[in-house]
Amino acid sequence: MQVSLFITCLVDTMFPQVAESLVHLLQRQGIKVNVPMSQTCCGQPAFNSGYFEEAREVAKTWLDAFADSEYIVTPSGSCGAMVTHDYPILFKGDLKRLALISKLAQRTYDWTQFFVDVLQIEDLHAQANLVATYHPSCHATRLLGVTDAPYRLMSQVRGLQLVDLPLADQCCGFGGTFAVKMPEISTAMATEKVMHIAETSAELLLGQDMGCLMNIAGRMNRMNTKIPVLHLAEFLDRASSGIPILSGERRV
Amino acid sequence: MNPQFNARIKKAVVDKKLRRAVQVATDRLRIKKADAMTKIDMEEWRERGREIREHVVSHLDYYLAQLADNVRQRGGQVHFCMNANDAVQAIKNIVQTHHATKVIKSKSMVTEELQLNHALEQDGVDVVETDLGEYIIQLAGESPSHIIAPAIHKRREQIAELFSQVANQRIASDTPSLNDYAHQVLREKFIGADIGITGCNFAIAETGTICLFTNEGNGRMVTTLPDVHIAVMGMERVLPSLADLEVFMNVLPRSATGQQLTSYVSLVTGAREPEELDGSREFHLVILDNKRSHSLGDPDFQEVLHCIRCGACLNVCPVYRQIGGHAYGSVYSGPIGAVLTPLLRDDPEAADLPYASSLCGACYEACPVKIPLHDMLVKLRARNVERGHTAPAERFAFQLYKKTFTRAKNYRVAIRSLRTVQKWFMTNGEFHSSLPVLSAWTKTRSLQGMSSQTFRERFQKGLVIDQISTQISETAKRRGVDGSDS
Repeated sequence: MQVSLFITCLVDTMFPQVAESLVHLLQRQGIKVNVPMSQTCCGQPAFNSGYFEEAREVAKTWLDAFADSEYIVTPSGSCGAMVTHDYPILFKGDLKRLALISKLAQRTYDWTQFFVDVLQIEDLHAQANLVATYHPSCHATRLLGVTDAPYRLMSQVRGLQLVDLPLADQCCGFGGTFAVKMPEISTAMATEKVMHIAETSAELLLGQDMGCLMNIAGRMNRMNTKIPVLHLAEFLDRASSGIPILSGERRV
Repeated sequence: MNPQFNARIKKAVVDKKLRRAVQVATDRLRIKKADAMTKIDMEEWRERGREIREHVVSHLDYYLAQLADNVRQRGGQVHFCMNANDAVQAIKNIVQTHHATKVIKSKSMVTEELQLNHALEQDGVDVVETDLGEYIIQLAGESPSHIIAPAIHKRREQIAELFSQVANQRIASDTPSLNDYAHQVLREKFIGADIGITGCNFAIAETGTICLFTNEGNGRMVTTLPDVHIAVMGMERVLPSLADLEVFMNVLPRSATGQQLTSYVSLVTGAREPEELDGSREFHLVILDNKRSHSLGDPDFQEVLHCIRCGACLNVCPVYRQIGGHAYGSVYSGPIGAVLTPLLRDDPEAADLPYASSLCGACYEACPVKIPLHDMLVKLRARNVERGHTAPAERFAFQLYKKTFTRAKNYRVAIRSLRTVQKWFMTNGEFHSSLPVLSAWTKTRSLQGMSSQTFRERFQKGLVIDQISTQISETAKRRGVDGSDS
């Protein structure tokens, strides 16, 4: 089985440790991880802003990079949903590409889905004695259909106490370009999210999309709410390889 | 961004009372809805609802003609109106014919589109809203800030203050006192009215019936006490048959207020027959286009006409939650407003509404007829780009984005260059909060710089090695088995 890693541009440039952790987790299952070097961005920033022509050109590089992939696994449900949900809109009428998109969409997984549904592995032999809460990202949940996979993985972590996040399914206010186009609304949304996180007894916030986590952590810093934030892949990598969860250099 | 829209947003996000009122009310509606949903297989009902709406909107010409025929057969008069002016004129003509001076209304969003109250008041007609929420905002001189809960932005204390001013005596802020006061005032208005004007939740083509869903019973008084009843509807509000209504009697209240059934479902089929004891003596149906037909046959936007105005998308929208309805500056607010308004009103202010969404998809998930509002918001943004409505700086930025991200080599070069210069704009590993453009983020959120190496650089250099996997494979090798790649 060969997995092609859909890194996403945000993780590649700002949070490389997340992709690295994901590679570790895959390798531990004996999976050969291939990283198509011609991938750049999926085109989502342009698509969401309505620049379809620009988005299409960028999306074509993605389609070329992954055209022959067997499994495409990504640490971002939002970028995954761009392929499965938005590419069909973007390439409407382009029958040749639509056929390729349909093939690749079936092979594209958020990494938690890939572990739970494809590999059928939920227990990553992880241990973490702490209280955490979890923010389920909107695109992963609503567009890519990632519902219980992250919870299944977390439920197997020894010592982990997962507490409910109030109004967990409410958007954190990131929304890509929305965050800078409508900064007041976006900030108000992030503020509410941070307040809900602070209401819990969690020592750690887990999530599945670095866009959302960057937004939440950035707002937390300005609100002086000091709860560490980790991508679930990085958390599980640390928790299953004996690296202390809350120490060392973390970049969010 | 349109300056008026921007100003309204800035004002709304710092209005703590407004946000508190909206959040408390929408939370309550959401909790009630979640409970009501558990009692039926909502997914099945949603799909059935979607099918019916798709069918009727795809054959709207047929069903509108059938509806008009059936209304006329029962002695009703039908007024097809192209735009708001036509509709206002048609209603004014009826009012003048009857020398009417007193009009009572039950809640209707479409009459907000017409600004009907204002138009009638200019002619010296006394117009009174009889839905409690509508009555409150009429007294306050405001417009509805929610499709089904027009005074959602007001707290009980504000309402008591308003009533006390009008009554010239102190009215307490508990629900019974507020209700009693409104009841007392409105009862007299009901009895003295010449004409009753209502909206129309659904019109049944097969029977010529108008359906009203209300919780206060005022709709029933408005349609039975005055001699003349005028129902106003958007041209898409048709259902083929009473059997179809059953589906919407289930999904509309559940989606809107979390009720299993609305308190009063009134079916009005024409004026009073000679042997009947109540009902108006004259019935008019005003059917309004007002650019709705522009979306007919448009593959991107026709589905907006499927909307049944339940307000469920407003109740789950995280943007609406922060700014309330008035910030949208349009009759319809929330996600449906951000989609519908630019389709009904082709102006620069309306064109900016689709940006008021993080595209989280909560609206689609809540919609009882599965309108893909999140996709439509993006398509409306694309329409703005196509029409050249976006800022030159933004167009330039996306040109640059395209050039950078269409080739991996350009991407690598761009990352390397940005990484070199970023330190000039940073302190303690964080971007300054006052940088142009970037400050939209950094003013309220910290932003770290790019990593010193990208993931792909590390991967290519062979730095992405998992110690555990390596140990496993070495152990396997020692045992003489190749355990690494399977």
